[in-house]
Amino acid sequence: MSSPSAAFEEAPFNAASANVSRVVLTAADIDRALTRIAYEILEANKGSANLLLLGIPRRGYPLAQRLAAKLAASDPTIDPQAIVGQLDVTMFRDDLAHHPTRAPERTALPVSGIDNKVIVLVDDVLYSGRTIRAALDALVDLGRPRAVRLAVLVDRGHRELPIRADHVGKNLPTSSSEKVRVRLAEIDGPGAADQVVIEAGA
Amino acid sequence: MRHLLDTESLSRDNAIQILDTAQEMSAVGEREVKKLPALRGRTVVNLFFEDSTRTRISFEAAAKRLSADVINFSAKGSSVSKGESLKDTAQTLEAMSADAVVIRHWASGAPARLATSGWIDAAVINAGDGTHAHPTQALLDAFTMRAHWSQLAGTPSVGGDLAGMRVVIAGDVLHSRVARSNVWLLRTLGAHVTLVAPPTLLPVGVGHWPCEVSYDLDATLDAGADAIMMLRVQAERMDASFFPSTREYARRWGFDDARLARLDELKLKDTIIMHPGPMNRGLEISSSAADSARSTVLSQVRNGVSVRMAALYLLLSGEMREPATPAPSNAKDKS
Repeated sequence: MSSPSAAFEEAPFNAASANVSRVVLTAADIDRALTRIAYEILEANKGSANLLLLGIPRRGYPLAQRLAAKLAASDPTIDPQAIVGQLDVTMFRDDLAHHPTRAPERTALPVSGIDNKVIVLVDDVLYSGRTIRAALDALVDLGRPRAVRLAVLVDRGHRELPIRADHVGKNLPTSSSEKVRVRLAEIDGPGAADQVVIEAGA
Repeated sequence: MRHLLDTESLSRDNAIQILDTAQEMSAVGEREVKKLPALRGRTVVNLFFEDSTRTRISFEAAAKRLSADVINFSAKGSSVSKGESLKDTAQTLEAMSADAVVIRHWASGAPARLATSGWIDAAVINAGDGTHAHPTQALLDAFTMRAHWSQLAGTPSVGGDLAGMRVVIAGDVLHSRVARSNVWLLRTLGAHVTLVAPPTLLPVGVGHWPCEVSYDLDATLDAGADAIMMLRVQAERMDASFFPSTREYARRWGFDDARLARLDELKLKDTIIMHPGPMNRGLEISSSAADSARSTVLSQVRNGVSVRMAALYLLLSGEMREPATPAPSNAKDKS
């Protein structure tokens, strides 16, 4: 796939090449936001018991891994490997018939399973909310978590479904013609600096 | 891709995409809810003009796991036995708005005819036509081999191919669409294929295929092999005597107990024995070989569902109004 699955929502296919782009979060900003979200997750959950982080491919997964590392740094009883998973939502999307065929990504759950766990879904950008709806459907087929929460790095508004995030890195007022690009070293290569960029639409 | 008709025109990228997608699909069979909503509201018609057990059941299971509606059609007990033509049958299906047609036909080329004639708009998947092609069987064989091959190499199978693998395909090559589809797909994936058969069971022009040909199974095994695929002796297609007796065939070209023991002598401990099924036990494969730890017969069946789910998903999801293209190889609709 040439375009990341997570960017489908925020990147209309007919948009012309972006001419103006603006960095809204730098690597240090992203790191601070993730640190705060990690503490918020611990606070909301009253500790680390039964906590699982599920990243939504592609960029949600590295964010979930980073969050797990931060949780482990503040609570040494946490094994960061054991609480992170990846949840593919491709098959559950409501726009499958309207886009070119997408290859599904891997779904990998922690060995503990998700029954009676508190799941924190992690994604990079929250936009229409349709990805999260698909993720909720995907979760139901895998088991019955005790609660599901949502952590996103950027909330750019324009929701089309009654969905909100519990933990937000940054609220970003955007126009729907703009594109929000999240770049992470794990996905975009070691040369790419972590940053969030707004590109103006055509 | 718009249709899946043969493996000769399947590009390496498309083949690996199907295998990778099948890998993700295989996880569905182990979940609590063994169903994905990807093809909800789509209709898949299984159009079988020839007898089949595993292919039809496998396609039906695959379509149902993707939440598609399945209509089974077999020529026996239908209007075909009253003399209805393929065109009329196809247009009947079109009128019932089928989104995909899985077709098995005794005539080579029937699926291609269905796909290119303009009779129907649906995606066509070849589930075996005459002695021409059986692409999903070749794909599931390749999937089984790739899982084994990457496990030996200790690499993840996703994205991998079969480079360097030595595959022996032995038996009734003349009547086998499985062998033909495998030769082309395995060539595309980088494996080295050797066909072994009595000269009477090799088709004319086999010398031009991208593989080696041998008449001697023992010599081929001595040269080493990573996978041995035994083909069924297709008695129902044999209108002449191709070998003197079944006993002679079993002794010279069947995978019997002696050859199974020979594999251990040759220190080929990782060689797998494959069979597309249904097996003629005692003819082309002995019972102890079919039931040995080397045999992948049942995992081939299991993988068949995953591979067919991948094929259905890749052909049926995606834009509804995809322009029709003559051959699947030049329609690379990946995003």
